Amino acid sequence: MTDTILTPEAVAAALEQQGYSADTGLSTAVFLALTLERPLLLEGEAGVGKTELAKVLARWTGGELIRLQCYEGIDATQAVYDWDYSRQLLHLRAAEATGEASSTGTERLENELYQERFLLKRAVLRALSPAPVRPVLLIDEIDRADDEFEAYLLEVLSDFQVTIPELGTVRADVPPIVVLTSNRTRDVHDALKRRCLYHWVEHPSFEREVSIVRRRVPDIAEGLARQVAAATEAMRALHLYKPPGIAETIDWATALGRLGAVAIDEHRVRATLGAVLKYREDQERVETNGLGELVQAAVRRALVA
Amino acid sequence: MSTSTASLDHASPEQIAVGFCRVLRGVGLPTPLGSVLLFVEALGRTGVESRDSVYWSARATLVRRPEDFSLFDRAFSVFWTQRHELEPTDEEIQHVTLLVDTDGDEGSDDKGEADSLDDDSIALRFSAVETLRHKDFARYTPSELSEAQDLMSRLRLAGSPRESFRFVKGSSSRPDLRRTVRASLATGGEPIRRHWLEPDQRLRRLVLLLDVSGSMEPYSRALVRFVQAAVAGRQKVEAFAIGTRLTRVTRELSHRDPDRALARAAERVADWSGGTRLGDSLRRFNDEWGVRGMARGAIVVILSDGWDRGDTDVLAAEMQRLHRVSFRTIWVNPLKVTPGYAPLARGMAAALPHVDHFVEGHSIDAMERLARVVSAP
Repeated sequence: MTDTILTPEAVAAALEQQGYSADTGLSTAVFLALTLERPLLLEGEAGVGKTELAKVLARWTGGELIRLQCYEGIDATQAVYDWDYSRQLLHLRAAEATGEASSTGTERLENELYQERFLLKRAVLRALSPAPVRPVLLIDEIDRADDEFEAYLLEVLSDFQVTIPELGTVRADVPPIVVLTSNRTRDVHDALKRRCLYHWVEHPSFEREVSIVRRRVPDIAEGLARQVAAATEAMRALHLYKPPGIAETIDWATALGRLGAVAIDEHRVRATLGAVLKYREDQERVETNGLGELVQAAVRRALVA
Repeated sequence: MSTSTASLDHASPEQIAVGFCRVLRGVGLPTPLGSVLLFVEALGRTGVESRDSVYWSARATLVRRPEDFSLFDRAFSVFWTQRHELEPTDEEIQHVTLLVDTDGDEGSDDKGEADSLDDDSIALRFSAVETLRHKDFARYTPSELSEAQDLMSRLRLAGSPRESFRFVKGSSSRPDLRRTVRASLATGGEPIRRHWLEPDQRLRRLVLLLDVSGSMEPYSRALVRFVQAAVAGRQKVEAFAIGTRLTRVTRELSHRDPDRALARAAERVADWSGGTRLGDSLRRFNDEWGVRGMARGAIVVILSDGWDRGDTDVLAAEMQRLHRVSFRTIWVNPLKVTPGYAPLARGMAAALPHVDHFVEGHSIDAMERLARVVSAP
């Protein structure tokens, strides 16, 4: 991160440089998260680039990217810290073998066991530990975790500190940059949301999507990139089960590029439809809607815009 | 909004924040003080000159649900152009519901609640309400309706538990090294006592979809009480009203006072006693909630007579989709008990192949049987 005064525009420019084009809303939200030192909660359809933002932030700031993938049943021992029990047991064995155990007494032994060298730091604790550059803590798909974990997380994100009973409190001197993502399979608790800045990530506009595809798949023709973006845009309007996200657009463009295409045609689109539509029903829907028409419309749209 | 905001260019961030938040509250978006303070801080960073900066700062700090965006946008443009009155909008209804306190989500313990309900459901069996239990909902008087409320709130909708991915102290499955190491300290480092973990039990989510169309009217006024009792009495219950559109009413119904909960839900549901487009509503449910995660591994209960004015192919396809992700799909049809009933409603016939249990739903008695189907392992 540069030392110049940060503005939303500067954030947008820096992200752009890292290959992520953010609109005004997102760059303002990121700017505020950085300057107010608040977590940023991103919601939006799958595949609009929520997770990618955290990665790009880490690249830009030079901080370590620490990712915590949430899943049902995740708890503090997997997210914050745990003790390395096998090593603790080995240590006890060794103490016993050397006769140390009987001579030193229980309390001593206990102190030896709960030292930092037996501590397994998980994502959250690592993010709070001293680092040369503020790390980026990505808490991915928070909606998959359960209520208990969310409540725990709220505590951590409020004070940026964690208490380990045997060791004491670990507190971040500089809070990490925290990005939470949610696909909205359930509502995240209001209390957690209040703690965070909130941004709903939209599907990108046509021109923005073209520039993303151009950047991520640089070896394909510009015309093809435009046509692919136009075709995905058209598909999103078809009320599909799973409208394609940017990730699918990129995959699709890559697939077409590998096939040596410089423009889309009905045959190639049909052959690569699996890269962009992941449900049989969606593929059928696009077919019955007329694949040929979709291709023609996309070709026209790519020219006009 | 006071005249102090008349010239925004000279207003301080505090004035803007307070003024705008007053507008937001006026249109029914809850803005807790903490958010207002955060907004002030944000304005301090972005400045107050540009409309875009103020807009996006406000959105990042004050809005937390995409459903509120349109209301927010309207409030913002009104505020920015300093018009004084707000036209009442559809969304104004939402606003009331957002204020519903959901503190019931945390704290209360599943197991404890199930236990205490147990006693009540025994009491139910020999009371004067025996006649009420068999009476058809459609023939209820208003006073009987509220009596029925009481009975319904005693129904146990435990839902079958499944193994959680969380482990708790127990006697099997997995060694509890944390405790074992701790205990071994007392025996000079020798792990003599082994401790164990076992998977916790967890309730499956229960999703209730209540048909509120005109044809269901005699039943839906009773069934909504059943739905309310389920939402208020247990964790992990989601409730939706389906008619010509889909309305999520979980928050509204979670209020512990049934009458207030029902009033709020009624305000929220715009298509009460309207037409039915079951297929389209289910499709919306699947797209926006169900298939994404809410219905996965859940017990889904659809309370409907199966009359569908839409395309039954859509209904069949959506039922199949729902059935594929849910743990158990139950269709409750109050008309099933009618003598000579056959699933003649085209919608019902289309949906039946994708239903695990097809049960009656015309009386308290029937609802008790439903509760048993829901709770079956």
